[in-house]
Amino acid sequence: MSIPLSWFLILAAALFSIGLFGVLSRKNAIAILLGVELMLNAVNINLVAFWRYQDPAKMAGQVFAIIVFAVAAAEVAVGLALIISVYRSRKTVVADEIDLMKW
Amino acid sequence: MENFIIWMLPLPPLLSFFVIILFTNKRKSMSHGIAIGAAGLSWLGSMIIYIRALGVKEFGRHIFGSSINWLPTGSTWLKIGVQIDPLSAAVIFFVAWTVLAIFLYSIGYHNFGQPKGDNDVAGLPPHGATVTENGHKHTVPSIEPMYSRFFAFISLFAFGMYTLVVSDNLLTLFVGWEIMGLCSYLLIGFWFGKPSARNAAVKAFMTTRIGDVFMLLGIAFVYSFTGSLSFSEIFKPEMLGALASTPAFFGISAAGIIGLLLFIGTVGKSAQWPLHVWLPDAMEGPTPVSAMIHAATMVSAGVYMVIRMFPLISAGWTEGMPLNMTMSVIAFIGAFTAIFAATIALAQNDIKRVLAYSTISQLGFMIAALGIGAYVAAAFHLVTHAFFKALLFLGSGSVIHGMEHGVMHTGNHVDPQDMFNMGGLRKKMPITFWTFLIGGLALSGFPILTAGFWSKDEIFAEAFGNGHFVVFITLASAAFLTAFYTMRQITLTFFGEPRSKAAEHASETPWTMILPLIVLAVFSVSYGWVGIPEQFPGLGGLIPNWFHEFVGGTLAELPKAIEFSWVPLVTSLFVALGGLFCGWLFYRNVKSPQQDFLQIPVLKNKWYFDEIYDYLFVKPATWIAEKFTSLFMDQIVIDGILHSVAQFSLFLGHAFRTYFDKPVINEFIGDGTGNAVKASGSGLRKIQAGRIQYYMVASITVLVIFAVLFYFLLV
Repeated sequence: MSIPLSWFLILAAALFSIGLFGVLSRKNAIAILLGVELMLNAVNINLVAFWRYQDPAKMAGQVFAIIVFAVAAAEVAVGLALIISVYRSRKTVVADEIDLMKW
Repeated sequence: MENFIIWMLPLPPLLSFFVIILFTNKRKSMSHGIAIGAAGLSWLGSMIIYIRALGVKEFGRHIFGSSINWLPTGSTWLKIGVQIDPLSAAVIFFVAWTVLAIFLYSIGYHNFGQPKGDNDVAGLPPHGATVTENGHKHTVPSIEPMYSRFFAFISLFAFGMYTLVVSDNLLTLFVGWEIMGLCSYLLIGFWFGKPSARNAAVKAFMTTRIGDVFMLLGIAFVYSFTGSLSFSEIFKPEMLGALASTPAFFGISAAGIIGLLLFIGTVGKSAQWPLHVWLPDAMEGPTPVSAMIHAATMVSAGVYMVIRMFPLISAGWTEGMPLNMTMSVIAFIGAFTAIFAATIALAQNDIKRVLAYSTISQLGFMIAALGIGAYVAAAFHLVTHAFFKALLFLGSGSVIHGMEHGVMHTGNHVDPQDMFNMGGLRKKMPITFWTFLIGGLALSGFPILTAGFWSKDEIFAEAFGNGHFVVFITLASAAFLTAFYTMRQITLTFFGEPRSKAAEHASETPWTMILPLIVLAVFSVSYGWVGIPEQFPGLGGLIPNWFHEFVGGTLAELPKAIEFSWVPLVTSLFVALGGLFCGWLFYRNVKSPQQDFLQIPVLKNKWYFDEIYDYLFVKPATWIAEKFTSLFMDQIVIDGILHSVAQFSLFLGHAFRTYFDKPVINEFIGDGTGNAVKASGSGLRKIQAGRIQYYMVASITVLVIFAVLFYFLLV
């Protein structure tokens, strides 16, 4: 156990921040989706790390991470489908231009 | 067994009332079938009870009766129950017979079996129907439009009467009393289309109400004093002694006050002076009603009640002593009424009105007899009078019916009730004539043969034998007048030659009307034989004086039979025969009212009592109603209060509207809310940018703020 827990947490925080930055700054909807994936995986790192360092006897952390994968995969499928659908009707994938919800 | 029958006696007429009202209103033959069936059942029960009662030795000591607890009153119960003692047995006998006879009579009287009238309407007497026979048109009597209703009402009435007679307490007696009062009102006003009938109904109801209120006071007084309303409780010797020795008001004992209050009820119900005014007007009702309610049963119920209460009225008095206060009042009212009503009857031309005044007068005889302590004589006259007066009324109804037939036949309208339009009817209506003659002779007290003689003679003997000479002379004069006006009536109606075309064409009435006359005529003669005094010369002792023994047994102490004396007997013979002879003598050749020397205004106008009461009570009451109550109280005071309340409400409403509703509710709360929402909406819509990343930034910002907050606040 040479690598302390904090390293993992710093890595996860860095990864989360990169993902958040991507979500907030990119214009392309697909890139935003990529950012979201990064944030989810940062969370997964946290979950697995906490499991390993805090309570290795139970496997709750791993199970949780797997569920997050599954949900993420479903989310990507739905998200990409929405983006393709929006692209077909509006010929764009730029988030700022998809402003149908605006007053 | 007897008790069960007694409990059931009033029931059939009540059921008949409801069945007729609810189900058979349209079916006339079924209505009278049910009513007569019910009356027949009650009649049968009454006869069974009567015969059983005859079989009991010393029946006065071993009466039939049973009672049940009815109302809890604190720790005790108010009991109601039934009883038949000798007095009520005697009464139920004539009630059963007269009720049945009159029910049967009503079928013919209301023209059952005749066609429907051409222009008959409910609420007016039938006017007759035109029928065509052999191509020849003529008018025949038509059936009463409210035929079923009539039988329903008289059934309810019979229920009231049976209830009253079988009651063993003042409460149910009063209930029956009031039911009869209601039926009397309904039946007097049976032809409510006639204003005179309406007024008569109201008058009868209001006048008897005066008596009833006092009677109710008396009942309340009895109850507060004795704690019970049962006769057997009230008439206990120690209770009577306490009542007689307790002073109440004005130096009169409690018993005296109660007796007077109850007696005022009788004055109203039995139409004694000064509350007699309603009975003559009550003749507006159909004749069977006059016969049953206003001659045989209801008005007799008043007398029955005072006879029933005799032990209380006479508490502290024994035979031979001077009369107590209450009894003197009763004797005075009775004797005065007897002669007073007889004088009015002399000058009446309406066949039914003569009988009405005669009824008042005869009831006065009974009241006077009771007042002087002649308990048995009063009860005896009550029974015989019920028979012969019902007979006379039914006979007069038959005469009127025959006259109406004549009126319809000839088509010229004369009053079918005016005796001066009659005459010579003995040939046209022989059975009616003979039965009416029997009734008339009984009423006059025709010697030996008729029941009226024996009962009246007993009253005279009691009055004379006990030294009440004023009462004796008054009653004897009244009896003379009675015989006189009765003979006047018979002479004018049946003797001589017809005085109108209608009388020439009068015809005998159907068997349903004749049969009751015959039955009642039999009793009008034979019922006298049960009360022949033992010492009567020649006849006394042949038949035991059963009535005296039987009814006298009701009292705690059997009243002594009065010593025989020639004076009352001779008086009785003289007044009856003399009156009859004078009546015949004076009226055999009278052709018109102008030849009638007794048509003097004061008698014709009934001593102006209606006018006096009109001035003393009716006019002031109307004046108060119109001027004070309506104009002042209602239109000024009550309306004024109402208007000011309304004005104030209006003012208050206006103030609220201007100062509260409009500024606060409408502008501040109503419009203000809307405006605030609108403003906040247009302000907030700027953040609805539609750019997903802005929303994300907002979420993250909030998240961070909360995270920081939680970190510093919770850790």
